Amino acid sequence: MSAHEIETDVVIVGAGPVGLFAVFELGLLDLKCHLLDILDRPGGQCAELYPEKPIYDIPGFPVITGQELTDNLLKQVAPFGPEFHYNRMVVSLEKQEDGRFRLVDDEGQAYVCSVVVVAAGGGSFQPKRPPVPDIADYEGTSVFYAVRRMEDFRDQDVMIVGGGDSALDWVLNLAPLVRSLTLVHRRDNFRAAPVSVGRMKELVAQGKMRFVLGQMKELHGADGQLTSVSVRTAGGEENIPVTRLLPFFGLTMKLGPVADWGLELNDNLIAVDTEKFESSVPGVFAIGDINHYPGKLKLILSGFHEAALMAQAAKKIISPDERLVFQYTTSSTRLQRKLGVKK
Amino acid sequence: MTRITFVEADGTRHEIEAENGSSVMETAIKNGVPGIIGECGGACTCATCHVYVEPEWVEKTGVPSPMEEDMLDFAFEVRPNSRLSCQIIVSDELDGLVVDVPTQQA
Repeated sequence: MSAHEIETDVVIVGAGPVGLFAVFELGLLDLKCHLLDILDRPGGQCAELYPEKPIYDIPGFPVITGQELTDNLLKQVAPFGPEFHYNRMVVSLEKQEDGRFRLVDDEGQAYVCSVVVVAAGGGSFQPKRPPVPDIADYEGTSVFYAVRRMEDFRDQDVMIVGGGDSALDWVLNLAPLVRSLTLVHRRDNFRAAPVSVGRMKELVAQGKMRFVLGQMKELHGADGQLTSVSVRTAGGEENIPVTRLLPFFGLTMKLGPVADWGLELNDNLIAVDTEKFESSVPGVFAIGDINHYPGKLKLILSGFHEAALMAQAAKKIISPDERLVFQYTTSSTRLQRKLGVKK
Repeated sequence: MTRITFVEADGTRHEIEAENGSSVMETAIKNGVPGIIGECGGACTCATCHVYVEPEWVEKTGVPSPMEEDMLDFAFEVRPNSRLSCQIIVSDELDGLVVDVPTQQA
């Protein structure tokens, strides 16, 4: 547990387009934000699922890619100095005695804030579990979806499955310290960087590892300890000794720990009102794809609208005595100063 | 209109009138065919609309693009006739097409 707590006005869970725009709307009201995201960069689904794909329904932009939209939003929120925490998942949310909220992420960092905004889209991106029978029995002991400590793989019989950069990078990193290494991929083409593929092929030529063209079929072992994996190949089936398995099948979205925060859910989505987009717990708001209300449309533009209304309600919680005068960025000198466009 | 048949892993058949120009994935989602998810909405970025094209139709549906091949790496139980159904566009040519839905999507 980290000794240093971060105190801020608002913690935003999720740095996708809607979480980013929330920084803008909250910033205009002088609220300071910290954002957490499970990915290693901002943009959420826009960055992870379709960075290059055109989006046609952002008002004012006949066409814009997910990456361009993300870049523009980052530029738009820069004047408000949001602080980003990537590769983090919020694991718990509790209300403190002083009425503020305390969130803790998966690295033990605590955040204390007056308002929580859940803008987590489809949930958190988590590694896909291949549908191999009994794989869950070995997770955390013999099957891993990421390498946290390389030492866990020393002198082990390691099998890596996949053809992308994660698979190939770990082949190259783990090769020097394992007892045996097998890469399994369904085809002879790789998505990974050609230079990594070239280095892998050199290792194969030197007899330091094997490449098997095929797909995982069955796991063998007991009590969480894997002993071998059967692989279906063009020639039939091969049983390969394996004590550590690393499957890399990309990411999928799961609601994750949000489900345990005591918020009223509606079919895995957070139920909110349509005035403030507040959840069943006062002070915890949900905006974007993760919320539900009658007539909800999962559109980025709907999330933007929700962010604006949420911000007004958040301000009233944080500064209950301050009279809120609604202002436009086009004409308000005060807002323009905040945006850094007027001195 | 073009007729497309989806066969679930347990053999249940869904015969659907599909709209030309839409994708086979969209046809499945619109008609509630179980087992086709389309998590990314048809951007070829998720591999949850995986189907097996019945062998006699493989020639007409064509082969996956390199991008689709890359994404098929994330599907499970990939076979030579595997396709992502969001990348097959319905046309008169495909009238009578039969695709099998896998036991599990990625």
